[in-house]
Amino acid sequence: MKVLVAVKRVVDYNVKVRVKADNSGVDLANVKMSMNPFCEIAVEEAVRLKEKGVATEIVVVSIGPSTAQEQLRTALALGADRAILVESAEDLTSLAVAKLLKAVVDKEQPQLVILGKQAIDSDNNQTGQMLAALSGYGQGTFASKVEVSGDSVAVTREIDGGAQTVSLKLPAIVTTDLRLNEPRYASLPNIMKAKKKPLEVLTPDALGVSTASTNKTLKVEAPAARSAGIKVKSVAELVEKLKNEAKVL
Amino acid sequence: MTILVIAEHDNKVVAPATLNTVAAAAKIGGDIHVLVAGQNVGAVAEAAAKIAGVSKVLVADNAAYAHQLPENVAPLVAELGAGYSHILAAATSNGKNILPRVAAQLDVDQISEIISVESADTFKRPIYAGNAIATVQSNAAVKVITVRATGFDPVAAEGGSAAVEAVAAAHDAGTSSFVGEELAKSDRPELTAAKIVVSGGRGMQNGDNFKHLYALADKLGAAVGASRAAVDAGFVPNDMQVGQTGKIVAPQLYIAVGISGAIQHLAGMKDSKVIVAINKDEEAPIFQVADYGLVADLFEAIPELEKLV
Repeated sequence: MKVLVAVKRVVDYNVKVRVKADNSGVDLANVKMSMNPFCEIAVEEAVRLKEKGVATEIVVVSIGPSTAQEQLRTALALGADRAILVESAEDLTSLAVAKLLKAVVDKEQPQLVILGKQAIDSDNNQTGQMLAALSGYGQGTFASKVEVSGDSVAVTREIDGGAQTVSLKLPAIVTTDLRLNEPRYASLPNIMKAKKKPLEVLTPDALGVSTASTNKTLKVEAPAARSAGIKVKSVAELVEKLKNEAKVL
Repeated sequence: MTILVIAEHDNKVVAPATLNTVAAAAKIGGDIHVLVAGQNVGAVAEAAAKIAGVSKVLVADNAAYAHQLPENVAPLVAELGAGYSHILAAATSNGKNILPRVAAQLDVDQISEIISVESADTFKRPIYAGNAIATVQSNAAVKVITVRATGFDPVAAEGGSAAVEAVAAAHDAGTSSFVGEELAKSDRPELTAAKIVVSGGRGMQNGDNFKHLYALADKLGAAVGASRAAVDAGFVPNDMQVGQTGKIVAPQLYIAVGISGAIQHLAGMKDSKVIVAINKDEEAPIFQVADYGLVADLFEAIPELEKLV
């Protein structure tokens, strides 16, 4: 079974981002970039499926600037077999990305597509669901457990009140939640080997996909700062403040 | 302008987040219709018809919608929603699961987790774990939007008298089926709707120690949350997680106990009205957002706090 994994290059999750002075966006110049944490979990799950003998080939795909090749090489070092970069310098919306991924799915015909549940930059949580809609496949979002058996996949999903299990016909789309697995680190020999693995570069035009959007970001601002708080010396003082000053007890 | 709000429910009762979503719809302005899709949802439809400001309730009662499978519900919403100016759902796990599928079927971009309505086509939403707020405009014929419940005060659950109309459309894609679910049992208020939230982090040391927080919470009528560290360490189940990847809360009072205050945790609670931090590390980042900070050993402070409140 062929597994397709989508990965995104995003600002590293430990970086505290700053909004640009002209409110056009956040400042990403000279900021450390990494693979989106949920995408790491998606790659790890695909590699584990291969180790179990369920998956035969792992294709990893990223859509973005040419620098996203770094994240694809990381995925190759973690165990993916080959990579596809759909190169686009524009800031694409989730729908545009889903359309591009749909074109890659049509071309590659994977049985399972694994994505992260959300990217930590746009925080959209849309692409996997949109890809499922465009391809007509079933979706297992926010997965904490994935079990392939025959021509179906059982996905345990994290929902608001607990956990839910659904069964999907293959091919299907799965998006990963944090608790699906613990991603491994790439070893140095594997990083060296990954440099030799194939990486194909495509463009939206070549895939015949329009990336036009119905949404426009007008401005990006810093959130309202909280006014500085105080340190209290004792529990008694804390309770007194909460009762009489903040009036929340 | 007519707005379709997707009701959040469990086939028995309307979830509170629906009231916040209707409030967002009211800010946009226009007629508000509510769609109740599920199985044996008569009581839910009746309750939805009483929500203040709702003019019509559409009821799609079908076994295919029983578990809110997006493969079946999304085509229904897309079919019904095509004639509306806006489709809104709460940014719950259900809303997040279904609505992007609807947007893609309608070939429009979605706007996720809005926290305010600037005008009928312009909305604000947090990005980068709440470290920036984007103002987004949509020129889509149908604007598909999920609503962060904590961004809007709920409308009244009573007082409306909307007409209830049955929808015959049945969609069963046949690509997915419900196997089972395991819901965490709790008598305490629901985390996202509670007025007071008491949360524990890695500093709690083990799951057993959470009993101190439960005792305090019960005295305050509060819900109990947790940081990702506490969930990952297995202290508590994951549906208690507050943060970018868990639940977003904005209670009157948030008490963070033994939580360092990582960016991802702050994303889930920094809109709380009053934040209290109890931590023995006075350098912990949580103190930068706390209105009241207490540097103390939580195992001494929590029992004392429980006695005094």
